[in-house]
Amino acid sequence: MFLYAFTWTEFAQQVAAGIREGAIYAGLALAIVIIYRFTRVINFAQGEMATFTTFIAWSLMNHGLSFWTAFPLVLAIAFAGGVAIERVVIRPVENAPVLTIVIITLGLALLLNGLMSVIWGGANRQFDGPFSTRTIDVGSVPVSVQDIGIVAVSVALVVLLALFFRFTKLGLALRAAAVNPESSRLVGIRVGWMLALGWGIAAVLGAVAGMMIAPVVFLDPNMMQTILLYAFAAAVLGGLESPIGAVVGGILLGVTITLLGRYVGFIGSTLKLPAALVLILVLLLARPGGLFGRVAVRRV
Amino acid sequence: MNVLELHDVEARYGPVRALHGVSLEVGEGELVAVLGANGAGKTTTLRAVSGTVRRSGDIVFAGKKLSRRPEATARAGIAHVPEGRGTFSELSVWENLRLGAYARRANIKEEAQRVYKFFPRLEARRDQQAGTLSGGEQQMLALGRALMARPKLLLLDEPSLGLAPIVVTQIFEALARMKSDDGMSVLVVEQNASLALAYASRAYVLEVGTVVVEGTSDELRANESVRKSYLGY
Amino acid sequence: MRARLWLELAGFAVLTAIVAGLPRYVSDFRARELAIVGMYFIALLGLSILTGYSGQISLGHGAFMAIGGYTTAVLSIDGVYGHQIRDLWTIPIAGVIAGMAGLLVGVPALRLSGLYLALITFGIAVSFPQLPKKFDHFLGGTTGKILNLAEPPFGLRTTTNNWIYYLTWGIALVLLLAAWLLVRGKAGRALKAIRDSEVAAASSGINLATYKTLAFGISAFYAGVAGSLYAIANAYVNPDVFPIILSVYLVVGLAVGGLDSLVGLIAGAGLIYFLQNHADTVARWINHLPALNLDPKQPGIPSMIFGAVLIVVMLLLPTGAGGLLRRVFGPLTSRLYTRS
Repeated sequence: MFLYAFTWTEFAQQVAAGIREGAIYAGLALAIVIIYRFTRVINFAQGEMATFTTFIAWSLMNHGLSFWTAFPLVLAIAFAGGVAIERVVIRPVENAPVLTIVIITLGLALLLNGLMSVIWGGANRQFDGPFSTRTIDVGSVPVSVQDIGIVAVSVALVVLLALFFRFTKLGLALRAAAVNPESSRLVGIRVGWMLALGWGIAAVLGAVAGMMIAPVVFLDPNMMQTILLYAFAAAVLGGLESPIGAVVGGILLGVTITLLGRYVGFIGSTLKLPAALVLILVLLLARPGGLFGRVAVRRV
Repeated sequence: MNVLELHDVEARYGPVRALHGVSLEVGEGELVAVLGANGAGKTTTLRAVSGTVRRSGDIVFAGKKLSRRPEATARAGIAHVPEGRGTFSELSVWENLRLGAYARRANIKEEAQRVYKFFPRLEARRDQQAGTLSGGEQQMLALGRALMARPKLLLLDEPSLGLAPIVVTQIFEALARMKSDDGMSVLVVEQNASLALAYASRAYVLEVGTVVVEGTSDELRANESVRKSYLGY
Repeated sequence: MRARLWLELAGFAVLTAIVAGLPRYVSDFRARELAIVGMYFIALLGLSILTGYSGQISLGHGAFMAIGGYTTAVLSIDGVYGHQIRDLWTIPIAGVIAGMAGLLVGVPALRLSGLYLALITFGIAVSFPQLPKKFDHFLGGTTGKILNLAEPPFGLRTTTNNWIYYLTWGIALVLLLAAWLLVRGKAGRALKAIRDSEVAAASSGINLATYKTLAFGISAFYAGVAGSLYAIANAYVNPDVFPIILSVYLVVGLAVGGLDSLVGLIAGAGLIYFLQNHADTVARWINHLPALNLDPKQPGIPSMIFGAVLIVVMLLLPTGAGGLLRRVFGPLTSRLYTRS
């Protein structure tokens, strides 16, 4: 099974690479979890929404703005976009069968993907991120500052989210609307707008994820497609409703896949995605709620 | 001035008409009961007021036409404690109370202290998940949450349901004190007619979606045929 | 109830007549197009049993079609112990193998609900194209395998395309009948009960596991047959013949056709075919509208159009064409229809 010579340094490097991969999935996985938890929708367009906002960032920077000037602008645009999408496209079919809503998000993904090709073209682009690409040594393992930055940002996002939901009035209202919409209305919460808020927040998370990833993988309309799949896997792994689970799941998944791909010749790089799938499936069979999720117990 | 007036209100669930023209009023500081058998339309009446069911006909609240949407009625000063209490079972007691005051700018801590004075048990269970409370405590929580909103009108649906008599008395006593402290008006739906009449000043009896009898509690209690036919005792 | 039965049987007879007579009036190429619509129809029939009747969402049925297609390819080229099997006979085998794969998936699917299942099956759809690349010696890798061109058997004198048309629609009608019988019978009622409320169904003594797994197996069988036919018609298979997006198309066709209406599925199948092969036609048509200047050949335009169409169609018809039909004709047939 071990087709290569094994060294601890290389192992550590692989783990570091896996953590960085995982942090990338985690960002998008967070967005998926937020939308699922608060609006009960799986948003297949999450990746395309993130790429779209990253393209907007690229355009802004192309017009002379620095990354950190463009950053808040892009977040604001992402937020508005997320809210608008929920109100225009999702709200009319709130009570439709699940399948209908899934298809709408799929349609949205296609639409955005096509739109990006039309507006910006399909060529790869360089995206200058906020972190430098020089490497520093952690122990004997060379790690790039950028990678550390990506992981740090993911963790920071989770913390910020947790604080928002736990300690702010709006966060509480959002949680209440997800848990009991009827009673929420009775205390004056505008549940419809809470759903829109959820989408807005998720869009912002996606935008951040996109801007973190683009420097690493180059920006093009299909940037997020494979990442989205791994992000779904990470979200499911962590339990679809838990933001912490999304990040932990993402990192675990990233490390496991990277190690498997490197050390199990059979899997190599071709079967990494199927391997992820099998892992998730096995885990779900053992723990149907994912690592951090809760399952509604239905005993018959 | 009346806090609440219903003029010929009708309501339906899809094709089924539940209220066929209900008219009633609640004065300031009054506790008014809505009585009747199962399916008479009592719960629907409360829902029509809070806006959680589709209705036609006019409802006047504090002199103004009342909105038909639940978020708006809540912000206007109506607190509805529905059947089954409607607590946010996955959130903590404290968070439930906090949500009660959502529509107001208020000092949450002070308001919560007031509620704790009425229901000390809630303070002990501040951080507990609401769903793990006993039935009586959940009712207290539901009332407490309504109180946090300092409503002009409190709509209470079957507060005694499933509760031990002692707990029920506790709750109604608290209700009476709240009412006199704040000048709050209460419209309460009850199956337990004698209990309701003990605390209410006036009552309406509904049958098949319309008001068949109305009067002061004394009048209703004194009227044997009303008691036998509609109130069951 | 009897009236409804006669209505459905009459409808079936009409459909058979149309299917039998159509090739006489359409071009050879059209016949081939209609055949491919028929293949999608078969796949959708299976999917509707799974999603429409037992309520399990699968975003991965393209993989079962691929299993069927590859089975046919391998059996008819490499054969069993070198003995090539005629493409015609591989169809049921392909179906059965795909069906077994479906049962295999159906077992763990029992533990997954709703959206979890959708995600896992989506994962299957995405992972599947990797397998031929990995086992390239056996499955042909990215270049795939080439089949013999389909020929009408037993010396029947008709064109290849017509043969494929009759083969496909003949099988489609048989499978439609089978699906109809299934749905009307005890199994169908059990499945509907499961879809409407698993808890209630289980309390009534219905064995959830058996029926749900069976639904997966049957739907995979149908998809396998469809995939097999597709391979025969195409005369080659490779990962691009059964791409990831095929699974999406199937679900879209199902949703638009309406989960409950077996005939609405023909519309769904037609839609899939149309969108897959005629996106440029739509683009050109839109180009005629004033103020819109879309170059249909520009990359991205087809995706945009497909995406926009999906959204608009779903917004307008949240319950699919079948639902619309029911709403339009419901009052007329309310005495004939029971709420299912």
